[in-house]
Amino acid sequence: MTPDVLVIGAGPAGLAAALAARRVGAVVVLLDASDYVGGQYWRHLPVTRPARNQSVLHHGWSNFSAMRDELESDPRCEIVTGAHVVAIDGSGVHVLVGESDGTGRERRVIRAGAVVLATGAFDRVLPVPGWDLPGVFTAGGAQALAKGERVVVGERVVVAGAGPFLLPVAASLYQAGCRVLGVYEASRTSRLLRHWLARPWELLGTPDKVGELAHYASGQLRGRVPYHAGRAVTAIHGESRVTAVTVSALDSSWKPLAGTERTIEVDAVCLGHGFTPRLELAIAAGCRLTRDRFVEVDADLRTSVASYFAAGEITGIGGVDLALAEGAIAGHVAAGGAPTDVVLHRARRARNALGRFAARLASAHAIGPNWSTWLDPSTIICRCEEVTFGDLLSVSRASRATGLRSLKLLSRAGLGPCQGRVCGRTVESLLEARAPGGHLSGDATMDRRPIATPIRLGELATWFDGPDSPDESLR
Amino acid sequence: MVARPVPFATDPIGPGEPTPITITVNGSSVTGVLGQTLAGVMIAADVLAWRTTRRRGRPRGAFCGIGVCFDCVVDVNGQRDVRACQRRAASGDVVETPTSAASGDQ
Repeated sequence: MTPDVLVIGAGPAGLAAALAARRVGAVVVLLDASDYVGGQYWRHLPVTRPARNQSVLHHGWSNFSAMRDELESDPRCEIVTGAHVVAIDGSGVHVLVGESDGTGRERRVIRAGAVVLATGAFDRVLPVPGWDLPGVFTAGGAQALAKGERVVVGERVVVAGAGPFLLPVAASLYQAGCRVLGVYEASRTSRLLRHWLARPWELLGTPDKVGELAHYASGQLRGRVPYHAGRAVTAIHGESRVTAVTVSALDSSWKPLAGTERTIEVDAVCLGHGFTPRLELAIAAGCRLTRDRFVEVDADLRTSVASYFAAGEITGIGGVDLALAEGAIAGHVAAGGAPTDVVLHRARRARNALGRFAARLASAHAIGPNWSTWLDPSTIICRCEEVTFGDLLSVSRASRATGLRSLKLLSRAGLGPCQGRVCGRTVESLLEARAPGGHLSGDATMDRRPIATPIRLGELATWFDGPDSPDESLR
Repeated sequence: MVARPVPFATDPIGPGEPTPITITVNGSSVTGVLGQTLAGVMIAADVLAWRTTRRRGRPRGAFCGIGVCFDCVVDVNGQRDVRACQRRAASGDVVETPTSAASGDQ
């Protein structure tokens, strides 16, 4: 079917968008790369391993299962899992359907009246000496293994980085039987209090969110998992796998304070310093970004490109409730519903309140400017190409090039298989700090990736053999 | 046992009896559970590293767990450069990790 609305990403924002679009009568296609819907937030055991009571691991599970059931039983909503969007261009949205990194996948080109991008975000991790050792995971990755596979990454575990997301990760690990030795939040208590408690009336509109965080802080974790603000894992030790970490107190700029180091024996480390939005499809579609590099949207979640909408974490990191509200608005308007419709009032109110809440969290947990003082010259920055901090420094010193593109080519940072997804923003900020005037020349960023997902040369070769008109003819 | 599966009998989410599967990783048998990814099977068996990097020969396994970082790539049944965290394991899967994996040639 040729959809009225194509939704890319079946996490909270995408599910809400698909439902809202269906309620206005639109024919919907909902794509997700995973083999089930729910996104990273509602990661769960797959259908091949059913569980009676997944809800104990999740917030809002009943809401999720209701949304999923409604969409799955709706003949006018086609859910395509294993859908890997390769590119977006004038002829439509190009999708390969099948296993991740598989071969011989089915090719589809989908043209839709409107597209809602709901591609979400992934953990940002700042490099630390030793972070390339086996046993170091992103906080989200460790949680995904715990929730989606019932596998724990270690026995003695620390969770470190910045942001409220560290708490649910610690809770997931604790629930799965890990000894979580501590949660280390880099922002200092004074900063957390200043931003969290500023304008407390703003919190009135967000009881669920505050309740969720309070629940983690006071109930699930209190007395079981120590929470330390103003501290960071500043070195990770081990030969073939992690055996210990150094934890240091930080000043307000995130510079480690000499003499505060403490060594803790661990077998796994989970790191997360906020999130990076998955922007490649929005960029491929030509959507304008904001100054802080999210997709720019208006009050109806329209992007700068006609008939393209964006919802959820790619418009700003705000958590599940904001993603649901944005998805509901985007899906409704994308399907031709009036932006002023009463049915959107609740979502609009939620979006206003939660947007302010998200801004507070962002400033409370903002990355400190002097975090890089915990690096040493041998610390890996680009994991794929094994480019060290020392390599980057010498390229930036020795070269007269001041543009990101040249510096990338000279250092090879960001040129490996992940295409700079992991190190991109770190490389940019480290190079910027050392560029004349603190700015790189040109407007290149690490976010631009012409091929959104890896594709084998074999599949790329057959790309041009298919019928040249999109939609039905390809199926 | 360090990295490990959550024991299903006492798991509060009440999963059904797991179906064991066995895969081969660089010639050794590793037993996991149907529904796990290749990375999940290996990590549950406390195998945290399964390839070495091209330039420095350093051990690597899974890092992001959600298909972003490509640290976990393996060859599966002759298919090259497959993200182990994104591929559900099937009994009999043959996983090999030549050091050339993740060579950046994609």
